[in-house]
Amino acid sequence: MKTRALRRTALLAGVATTAIVLAGCAGGGGDTGDGGDADGAQTLTLATFNDMGYSDELLAEFTEETGIEVVHNKAATSNDARANFFQKLGKGGLADVEAVEVDWFTEMMKYSDLVVPVPDDLKGRWLDWKEAAATDANGNLVAYGTDMGPQSICYRADLFEAAGLPTDREEVAQLFPTWDAFFQVGADYVEKTGTPFIDSTNSVLQGLVNQLELAYEDPDGTIIAAENPDIRAAYDEVVDKAIPISAFPGQWSDDWYAAMAGGEFAAMLCPPWMHGIIAGEAPDVAGWDIANAFPEGGGNWGGSYLVVPADGKNTEAAQQLADWLTAPENQIKAFENAGTFPSQIEAQDSEAVTSYTNEYFNGAPTGQIGIDRANAITVSTYKGADYFKYHDALQNAITRVFDGLEDKETAWETWQTEISSF
Amino acid sequence: MTATESRPQVRPAAADPPPRQPRVISFSHRLSRWDLKVSPYLYISPFFIMFAIVGLFPIAYTAVISFMDWDLVRNSGEFVGFDQYVWILTQPHFWTALRNTFSIFVLSSVPQLLLAIFIASVLDRNIRAKTFWRMSVLVPYVVAPVAVGLIFNAMFADKSGLINSWLQLVGISAIPWHVDPFWSHVAIATMVNYRWVGYNTLILLAAMQAVNRDFYEAATVDGAGPIRQFFSITMPSLKPTLIFVIITSTIGGLQIFDEPRVFDQFGRGGSAQQWLTITLYLYDIGWGQWDFGRAAAMAWILFIIILGIGLINLLVTRTLVRDEGMRSGLSKRQQKRAARAAKKQVKESQR
Repeated sequence: MKTRALRRTALLAGVATTAIVLAGCAGGGGDTGDGGDADGAQTLTLATFNDMGYSDELLAEFTEETGIEVVHNKAATSNDARANFFQKLGKGGLADVEAVEVDWFTEMMKYSDLVVPVPDDLKGRWLDWKEAAATDANGNLVAYGTDMGPQSICYRADLFEAAGLPTDREEVAQLFPTWDAFFQVGADYVEKTGTPFIDSTNSVLQGLVNQLELAYEDPDGTIIAAENPDIRAAYDEVVDKAIPISAFPGQWSDDWYAAMAGGEFAAMLCPPWMHGIIAGEAPDVAGWDIANAFPEGGGNWGGSYLVVPADGKNTEAAQQLADWLTAPENQIKAFENAGTFPSQIEAQDSEAVTSYTNEYFNGAPTGQIGIDRANAITVSTYKGADYFKYHDALQNAITRVFDGLEDKETAWETWQTEISSF
Repeated sequence: MTATESRPQVRPAAADPPPRQPRVISFSHRLSRWDLKVSPYLYISPFFIMFAIVGLFPIAYTAVISFMDWDLVRNSGEFVGFDQYVWILTQPHFWTALRNTFSIFVLSSVPQLLLAIFIASVLDRNIRAKTFWRMSVLVPYVVAPVAVGLIFNAMFADKSGLINSWLQLVGISAIPWHVDPFWSHVAIATMVNYRWVGYNTLILLAAMQAVNRDFYEAATVDGAGPIRQFFSITMPSLKPTLIFVIITSTIGGLQIFDEPRVFDQFGRGGSAQQWLTITLYLYDIGWGQWDFGRAAAMAWILFIIILGIGLINLLVTRTLVRDEGMRSGLSKRQQKRAARAAKKQVKESQR
């Protein structure tokens, strides 16, 4: 009978479907950190985000030297990389070498036992504070520093001229020895032109907080956010003096991007990675320039590290790759590829960096400026695992004052209530 | 299996006139009997297996995690009882999120349905290039929500936005879309409406086309205008469809996420939580702060809220549908009473 044969086929099909479904579910683990190929050639995986300057040519050099192939996975944004990293950390499935951004690096330090420490003989390759931030409670250096963000001040020479301010970058640099001087110049500019001086209020908060030793947490884990007088002082300064001279409360909004080309503000606090953003958003504006200055010395904003997850299959080869990529000579190549400013002491002395100039910013010597600003950094802010939460809430408080939703004291109290429940 | 074997032949071989007993119970025969008993369950099993893995398990797991201080990376947690639930319910942000969710829901669903009914009734008329117009209303629904967000963000930007420059052209001062809670809800509701009006329109249009045309003819003969026809014929016929559309947009409204998420660059609901919705808050606790214990508790609270709203919906629906299904013009209670009276009458007449 036709139907019987049909039924038997259907039964088999049913069983097969079930089996496939079950198999599909079981195979969810998926290992990307594959050890070696059949022919014995080793392969390593490297996961980064945005553009860290590790071009195919650079990785090919590594293959030439060591015979190890490198498969490079680039996440579109640092947030994507963050989500992926924490979902797989400690469970397997991460690349052999993973890039971690400083914004979420502090969160990772809570799990510093899940990554392989950097060999002792590499200590001293990076600037002191870059190493200090990556050293865990047991004294282990757990991450290989890549780039950093020594801040300087970007300004519009044409707008400065219209406001009667100096336009030469050497002279402009003399304008900002302290925050007081910075706010004073800003206030004068606003008075003369009627337009904002600086792009955003919260970038000033970032600048101030990055100059504190302690922000919201003690190294022993105590939360000091509410009592820290330095935080209150920074808040007061930002609300009283930065809000009146700022165009926007925060960065990265549609309006903020539009204003960069439109000339709605004349200055920005800018780490080296910001140069590319300005040049990209305002390609037709000729006035942008960079002053070799930052109020009260220096401050770092941004940068990344490489880490080697401990559950990888080839941690030794992975360490070799991370070592190679963050070696001064290769970080210089990355700087030339993508502008990521090296955090290695030796790289900063090299000719390639010191003589580097940026055409867009009127030929400003961005390499030398970066070196000077990096040397001016004296403090490395302690950022605990919850730094982002507290800082974000404080930014919101300042935004509320900026928008006129709350007055200064109310916004501060709202912040206090908010963080008390964290 | 034993139960099957002990039973006599299950399949009556109706095709062969003399029913003959099988001489040997061959394997293939036995297989075909199992086939009859077991295969229906096998056919439907993939769904239930999938549901158990991707549906039931996460739900149960979420319940477990919600009672713990959970560390995602180390996959371990400490039992903390109802602490996470208490924490959520004492957060001012949670109540703000609840307010925002309902506010955006009302601002989107009401105009959306009114507009959908209006457009559907226009499309229901005899217009030129009907199919073209009917297809075009669905175009916004096809656009990805994130793309909608990007486009509308450029329009609703506080300073450089298109809408504010139009407003200023006609002498109205710019609206602070990203500052004032009400206006941010209006902006987000606009994105929601843009996406869903067409979808609802098509469903309502289908229901309208099912209405018997004789009714309209008769009404026209009786001298009823188009407006009277709309309210006396179209609307009552739409009732069951409207209920469906209302329920789906309620579910969608309570889970609103994409539009507020892309409303600004951070996707965290604004500096004073102006447009923080429940799912956005849930997402931020889970994937922003990596606090899965709290996020799981939040998910269960959301589940209870949706259950509550669902029950209210069900009650409303049942009352409305009851009217719809009535044929005699009597309510159920009246029908029962009438039935009892009839029974009594029959009994008495038998005596």
